[in-house]
Amino acid sequence: MEKRTGLPNIDEAVGEVAGNGLLHRRALLGKGAVAAGILGTCLGPGATGAAAEPLAEPPWGLQIGDDTPAYQTPSKFAKNVVRTLANPKFEPRSSISRTPHHLLEGTRTPNGLHFTINHTGIPEIDPLQHRLLIHGLVKRPLIFTIDALLRYPMISRPAFVECGGNSAPLFSPTPIQADVQALHGLASCAEWTGVSLSVLLDECGIDPRAKWFIAEGADGPHLMRSIPLAKGLDDAMIALYQNGEPLMPGNGFPMRLLLPGYEGNMNVKFLRRLKLVASPAMSYWETQVYTEPMPRGKSYNFDFLNEVKSYITRPSPGVDLKQPGFYEISGIAYSGKGKIARVMVSADGGKSWGEAALQGPIASKAFTRFRMPWRWDGRPVILQSRAWDDQGSFQPTRAEFVAARGQLDAEPLVTAFKNHHCNTITSWAVNSHGKVTHAYA
Amino acid sequence: MPTLSGIVLCLLLASSAAMAAGTNSSPNLGQPAHPGDAARWDIAILADGTGLPPGSGTAAQGASIFAEKCSACHGDGGRGTALLHSGAPAPPALVDDKKLKGMDESRVTIANYWPYASPIFDYIRRAMPWNEPRSLTDHEVYALTAYILAENKLIDAKLVIDARTLPKVRMPNRDGFLPRFPELMPR
Repeated sequence: MEKRTGLPNIDEAVGEVAGNGLLHRRALLGKGAVAAGILGTCLGPGATGAAAEPLAEPPWGLQIGDDTPAYQTPSKFAKNVVRTLANPKFEPRSSISRTPHHLLEGTRTPNGLHFTINHTGIPEIDPLQHRLLIHGLVKRPLIFTIDALLRYPMISRPAFVECGGNSAPLFSPTPIQADVQALHGLASCAEWTGVSLSVLLDECGIDPRAKWFIAEGADGPHLMRSIPLAKGLDDAMIALYQNGEPLMPGNGFPMRLLLPGYEGNMNVKFLRRLKLVASPAMSYWETQVYTEPMPRGKSYNFDFLNEVKSYITRPSPGVDLKQPGFYEISGIAYSGKGKIARVMVSADGGKSWGEAALQGPIASKAFTRFRMPWRWDGRPVILQSRAWDDQGSFQPTRAEFVAARGQLDAEPLVTAFKNHHCNTITSWAVNSHGKVTHAYA
Repeated sequence: MPTLSGIVLCLLLASSAAMAAGTNSSPNLGQPAHPGDAARWDIAILADGTGLPPGSGTAAQGASIFAEKCSACHGDGGRGTALLHSGAPAPPALVDDKKLKGMDESRVTIANYWPYASPIFDYIRRAMPWNEPRSLTDHEVYALTAYILAENKLIDAKLVIDARTLPKVRMPNRDGFLPRFPELMPR
């Protein structure tokens, strides 16, 4: 066949690795000429048809552009790349904004699009008046100003922050028809810069009786969480910068606690106090909320870690396929325990799997972008991703997750938090018209 | 002009101060907090009642405070209000006799779920009323705590709630939890 057509056989050349057209993750690497020829063929007539008119000189090349703003904002043609708001009229309840994963790429969430949850509005904190107090079971209680903290040695690291309630719509017994922003938009990833908490704790001198520390915010709720001291001495940070600029007000300006990999709510924003204690507080935020009733028996508490998770962001609901041919499947994977080690992708509802390429460098407890070349033949398919971390954890299938954690009796509102910490596989159904919907498989 | 012994003494003092503050290489830019500095901030109450302040209150006192400052959001007698205009969930009912059922977290109440009573005081004092946090006196917070506990039939309505009695209130779901990650719990 190769000799007759002069073209290599597609399957042999780029390697179909799993059902319904999943291609080898390196299909596009080092095979440029061959692959491009094949892909050009796959794209169909639209991409290669001869133009009726020569390419035009558009108006923006014939005139002066706009003035330069002091702080630039996205193009008006990208104005749909925004967060969704769960409390747009600012009723007396929490305000929640969700990250539009399906409209973003890479692994860093732009600061304006980082998810936020604020329970009594966003405080306007004067950094010059803000103080951080560290006290309790320490030899020397200390008060730090922002100016003082800015003189400390800084560390930078990427880290995702994920609400314990992210992905809660997947507790529904039926697949709620919503996009990846509504289902998984309460997770974001930034490069955080600040002061290692262990340095400050060392300066205070830890009393050996201290086993926990309480972190508390300066805003209206004075949100309080109890955190094992070992985490504070491990990789906890007093974060002052987010993707290189001062923290956004909704993300905790002027400083927040960063506990890489731990439940978002524990990463206390507007941080003003750390108190070392011998036992936990069992506060509202670690009893009424962020504990998980189980189908039978006792409930889970102290659900510190966000466990390994992944989801495909393109294609996804609202990011439909226009025609058969080549697409890159792209998604996000992360684990609160460590680095992503492997992501597998299926286009046949989990019957066969191919290994996705991981975009490096891979950072611990941070978003990892995975990509998978795919040639869609126009028939209905079910797309899934499944992630493994380097600590041996992996995403449960839906059946496994429901067996362990249960599911609701009836479909809830998509914005409801009927349980927490869901990390099961997400499935997208693509129909023969290329429309993508949420599915269970 | 400094004497040699004076210089030696200064060096000794400087080095002992540095040692007290951790390592010599640490910046040590924090200001010492003096007793009393934390008085208004130190509001954390531990599960066992550690940190509860002086003061006391009863359910009867709490009833009138609740009607004035809490019922607009939490409903008459703390029994909840209708859904908000948008259809979003209203602030939770604080007095409710519904049972926990399966994994549906929306069935969680103070009476059927909270393992300790002292955190009720803690949360009201730090976060409520929603539009005026930290505006209640400790007496008012004790009274509201007593009211919520009594309306939920968790205490005798006559019981005076204070730093001594509140930690002794036995919550029905006291033993209802397991740590999700036992290996991460401090020992």
